[in-house]
Amino acid sequence: MKQKTFQQASISATSAPSLHIKELTLSLGGERLFSKISLSIFPGEIVTIMGPSGCGKSSLLAAISGTLERDFSLEGQVLLDELNLINLPPEERHIGMLFQEDLLFPHMSINENLGFGIPAHVKGKRERNTLIIQALNDAGLSKFGNRDPATLSGGQRARIAVLRTLLSQPRALLLDEPFSKLDAELRARFRNFVFRHARANNLPALLVTHDPDDAKSTGGRIIQISDF
Amino acid sequence: MTKPFNSALGVLFSLRTVPVLTLMVFLLPVLAGFLSTVLPAFGYLPVIGQVSFNITAWIQLFDHPALHSALLTSVSSGIIATLLSLILSLSFVAAWQGTNSFEKARQLLAPILAIPHSALAIGLAFFIAPSGWIARAFSPWATGWDRPPDVAIIHDEWGLSLILGLMIKETPYLLLMILAALDQSQAKQRLKLAKTLGYHPVSAWVKGVLPIIYKQIRLPIYAVLAFSLSVVDIALILGPTTPPTLSILVLRWFNDPDLSYRTIAAAGALLQLLVVVSTIFLWWTAEKTISRLSRRWLTNGKRPLAERSVRILSKVSLNSIFILFFGSLLVIVLWSFTRRWRYPDFVPSVWSTQNWNRNIHDLLCSSSSTLIIGLISSFIAVVLVVACLENEKRRGKSAGSGALWLVYLPLMIPQVSFLFGVQVLTIKTAINASWLAIIWSHLLFVLPYVFLSLTDPYRQHDDRYIKVALSMGISPARAFWRIRLPMLLRPLLFALTIGFAVSVAQYLPTLFVGGGRFSTLTTEAVNLSASGNRRIIAVYALLQALLPLLCFAVALALPNIVFRNRRALKGH
Repeated sequence: MKQKTFQQASISATSAPSLHIKELTLSLGGERLFSKISLSIFPGEIVTIMGPSGCGKSSLLAAISGTLERDFSLEGQVLLDELNLINLPPEERHIGMLFQEDLLFPHMSINENLGFGIPAHVKGKRERNTLIIQALNDAGLSKFGNRDPATLSGGQRARIAVLRTLLSQPRALLLDEPFSKLDAELRARFRNFVFRHARANNLPALLVTHDPDDAKSTGGRIIQISDF
Repeated sequence: MTKPFNSALGVLFSLRTVPVLTLMVFLLPVLAGFLSTVLPAFGYLPVIGQVSFNITAWIQLFDHPALHSALLTSVSSGIIATLLSLILSLSFVAAWQGTNSFEKARQLLAPILAIPHSALAIGLAFFIAPSGWIARAFSPWATGWDRPPDVAIIHDEWGLSLILGLMIKETPYLLLMILAALDQSQAKQRLKLAKTLGYHPVSAWVKGVLPIIYKQIRLPIYAVLAFSLSVVDIALILGPTTPPTLSILVLRWFNDPDLSYRTIAAAGALLQLLVVVSTIFLWWTAEKTISRLSRRWLTNGKRPLAERSVRILSKVSLNSIFILFFGSLLVIVLWSFTRRWRYPDFVPSVWSTQNWNRNIHDLLCSSSSTLIIGLISSFIAVVLVVACLENEKRRGKSAGSGALWLVYLPLMIPQVSFLFGVQVLTIKTAINASWLAIIWSHLLFVLPYVFLSLTDPYRQHDDRYIKVALSMGISPARAFWRIRLPMLLRPLLFALTIGFAVSVAQYLPTLFVGGGRFSTLTTEAVNLSASGNRRIIAVYALLQALLPLLCFAVALALPNIVFRNRRALKGH
């Protein structure tokens, strides 16, 4: 694909950090979900953690992004380079996350959904619009800006969700089975779309999935959650 | 749909007629009552020999010296109370959702809602009046007061204490409605997403969740607005007196021994409806304007939104509401056991149970009629609602949003605007001042709340349980009694409790339709509230608060006893 890939506005200014997970473990009601996980992911690298459903994969991502339910207790550290994130609220971690659902806001147009992602320090209507238009072009949806998200196909919505996350200028990317709801053909295309963007933005990315195809397609390290 | 399912429909064919019956049960009296108010407003009132149509009543109404300011206080206190309750509940959810303080607050909501408005208003008056408990707590050491200062806190001309009284009840109600809306709308996920995009809690909630759930809380907000604009019992106890709010003015005219006041009262009742309808329209316009103006702001990318101040302000205000609530309740308990409590003592100097003993006969009478009316009307409401919902399940389609508007109708039309007409009707049909009439009149207000509380759990009940039973050869009726109802015991009891609490709180229906033959705890408490005899008022108010609370306790405990060996059906 020779399409120009959307890149974060400010990524070149700062060198991308690595994501380090140190001896991280979760327990629910005194029971550990998995053994201690230690893992470093370098900029532009995509690492996959595999495991059956219900093994705590999604909770692991929630722990890294800071959105863990309060019923869980957590041990261990999450760092972006030297910066320890574990005591920061999710909004201060700058870790982007893609969920199984696209979660586009139904009360906003496509443009507005993308604009929601752009940080406030990008000032001026013009500059913000430029970013939105770039993102739309990149998704191949340049005419869809004013559309209601509900009128788009699943694949189109998924691409917008990715770009909305990238526009928020995350420093790492977590993928919580974001391909599982798409049919086979769409799935392969969308996977490439996500991975291409993660690499182009030099982001450390962590994918959790139970699907071996998803894992293989990253071309990166694959770890079974039971291996830890 | 499977075959046994369909043939069963034939057997239970009558079930199909229930929704229509239910609608008629409450729409007919409301509409007929409304019509019977319209006619006298335009001069048609055969009772006093007027059979020609004219607009004399309207001219008299608008010439009335008290009307102007009554209208003003009604509208201002109604809008301010609704607005403040809404802002407070929204900002508290935005700032505190998912925290421990939020869970604690959540548990307090149901008991607050169970307590009748009038009991709370009475307690609040005892609490914040110049001679109230707060003043006593600070006197004379801090204030130097040896006698209550001469300021009008209760019945103040601005309606401030009325607004406060409304807020204590309406904030928890709106909070509960917001929570219910959140459960249905992927709100948790969206909130998470907004946070991973860097949005702080309040702005994540206001920008990413509120616009989605607003649709679902719109009707409850309108109901609160309509209630606040036309409330009678709280306004009698806390509202301004000279002149009072519009609803009280209308009530006075209806009760005037001079029957010629009936036409002006009817015109006033219609004006009250007009006030409610136009204020709701105004609110709706404001909604549209705000939603249009805020589009740019939604996507300006600003991550924090006055996070700290919203967090602190919302918590302080909500805690103040809780303190006012519990203080009001406690001071009622104290007064009900007081023999002698001099100003500015902090607690009574002589205690006794004589307030209870001396009135035991009247207390038992009002309590039993309260219980009978409340239990029967809420039971009928639950039966009707369950039949409607079961019918819905069997036919495989649920009522649209139009039905929801119908359900809310009795809550949005001011009580004074149609209860007078209902009274006229009951006299015409010779069922006035009968149990039938009074229970029916309560049912009008009980039914909507029972419907609202039971709909979600009923619709969400997993039909596969019924299908499993049917596939084992069990009849649909048996599956309904043995599977569906037991599994839904908790929400059923809860709906019954809500219905009972609503019935206990009714003042105007008992007054108008009861024709003076029925006295409930609420009518007694409200009528006594002007007397100034705090000890007696407190006894009635306390009983009035206790009955629904007891009912709630039973509704919470019973399923835990029944299901003591069934972990999946136990509460928390």
